[in-house]
Amino acid sequence: MSDSILLRWTSEATRGLEGYRAAGGYQAARRALTELTPDQVIAMLADSGLRGKGGAGFPTGQKWKFIPREAPVKYVVVNADEGEPGTFKDRTLMEGCPHLLLEGIVIAAATIGARRAYIYLRREFHRCRHLLEEAIAEARRAGLIGDRLLGTEHSVEIVVHSGAGAYIAGEESALLESLEGRRALPRLRPPFPAQSGLYGKPTLVNNVETLCHVPAIVGLGPQRYKELGPPTLFSVSGAVRRPGVYELPLGVTLRTLIFDHAGGLAPGRRFKAAFPGGSSSTLLCESDLDVRLDYDSLRGAGSMMGSAAVIVLDDASDMVEVIARAVEFYRDESCGKCTPCREGTVWIGQILERILHGGGREEDLGLLESIAAGMTGTCFCPLGESVPPNLVLSLRRFREEYGRRLSGEARHGG
Amino acid sequence: MSSGERGGWVGEDESARAAGLSAAARERIRGLSRLYDRRQSALIPALFVAQEEAGYLSPEALEAVAETLDLPLSEVTSVASFYTLFYLEPVGRHVIQLCTNLSCMICGCGDVARRMQEILGVGPGETTPDGRFTLRAVECLGACEEAPVMLVDEDRWPRLRPEALPGLLERYP
Repeated sequence: MSDSILLRWTSEATRGLEGYRAAGGYQAARRALTELTPDQVIAMLADSGLRGKGGAGFPTGQKWKFIPREAPVKYVVVNADEGEPGTFKDRTLMEGCPHLLLEGIVIAAATIGARRAYIYLRREFHRCRHLLEEAIAEARRAGLIGDRLLGTEHSVEIVVHSGAGAYIAGEESALLESLEGRRALPRLRPPFPAQSGLYGKPTLVNNVETLCHVPAIVGLGPQRYKELGPPTLFSVSGAVRRPGVYELPLGVTLRTLIFDHAGGLAPGRRFKAAFPGGSSSTLLCESDLDVRLDYDSLRGAGSMMGSAAVIVLDDASDMVEVIARAVEFYRDESCGKCTPCREGTVWIGQILERILHGGGREEDLGLLESIAAGMTGTCFCPLGESVPPNLVLSLRRFREEYGRRLSGEARHGG
Repeated sequence: MSSGERGGWVGEDESARAAGLSAAARERIRGLSRLYDRRQSALIPALFVAQEEAGYLSPEALEAVAETLDLPLSEVTSVASFYTLFYLEPVGRHVIQLCTNLSCMICGCGDVARRMQEILGVGPGETTPDGRFTLRAVECLGACEEAPVMLVDEDRWPRLRPEALPGLLERYP
């Protein structure tokens, strides 16, 4: 990991401020705040090709550029509500090196002219919360955040704000609702947060990993950063021998990631499928093992980069159980705002349950297809839209597994 | 997202309502509201302050939070009932959050959950009769490299095996 850009910081030696600074930490912030103009920083991000790492993949430079310069009050909000099933890179970064995130926040806040930044951190990340609070106190004492930080005219306060258990709060407009102290229901967009975000003010919402790339881009320059990959964090879990976060160049193939880096499968097991970008991304099958894990290739394969969380299924997994469990998740996490998601996930869940427990009917498969069609393009936000693609794919590519359930051949799911 | 039926506090006297939250907790909540440009932003942090004090959010505690932040009780109740980590009923001294999402399922959380239920004698969402543990089956905890994984209070326990559970639970008297 020594030649990595992000994970090299996640060692005991650089967890505290002293070690982080000794290894070159906060140099990029100093450069951004004292040597570069905001336009230059934004141009570097644009040139780097950095895209949001939370799931949507929106170009980061553009997002920063959209914040109106002249607005008197602006905010930075960090999306640390990492909840997409299979994703744990943000937690790894925050537990490994909280100052890396703080440095990214300082650069972001100074660049867009925000005086306050909120880290919306999911409540379950207790260790992250303690480490971040400690790091913020350390950085404040050292004049790295607070008033006139680094001896410049910039002032930034960073507040850690706990979520309270709601996957939907990871969607950026729902996150802002939650940060305003309400139920986390997504907002109609436009307006986008860049125009009207927290309290209706221009707000830059960035994912943890996205902000952790910023010091490297400012420090190395966008060209060098791109030559190094560009680096991407993949969270790999499920049926692999070495689950973990891997920093690899964008565009590594699914096969290389699973078999060369994550240790392959357990002996005697056969690859069945993988979610390439969290459970909201469409499954890749055995014929897709050589697909490159980058934005365009995955879109070409009918899936998406998402949060780059690769959940691997081998032949021990029962596809009907996997899909039923995924649907259960979206059903439980549906905020209830729109009907297709709120009702559709319940109906699909009920039908899958009866198929799993031996009460399925042949016509259920067509019924599932028709509910999926009714949900497609009709949900208010991406949560509900995540359900139909994998359900439909499983009905087509793994139909025999449903068939065995319907004919009573398969074991009953527990 | 249940919004459980609660009642019984309408008409109670003022001192009983004030009992929902200590003076120190009210002061902490007022301090939290200064971190934000609008005071409602302090609602979720305030609910955690109240929950830490009594272990759960009683109707009296919800009313005290509403009063401290000068928000309608209906709004406070609406928010408290939306999020899964606010407990509107009493819970055990220790809360176990066992992940049952995909990566943990693939790595055998089903066996862990079955053993856990045998040991505790309760199912998901229930509290042991001695009030020691509340067991909750939860969604992805963001620690899938450690699957199957659970939280007991604030502690994360990785790579769970059914046979290791009795010893592990002994740490939580």
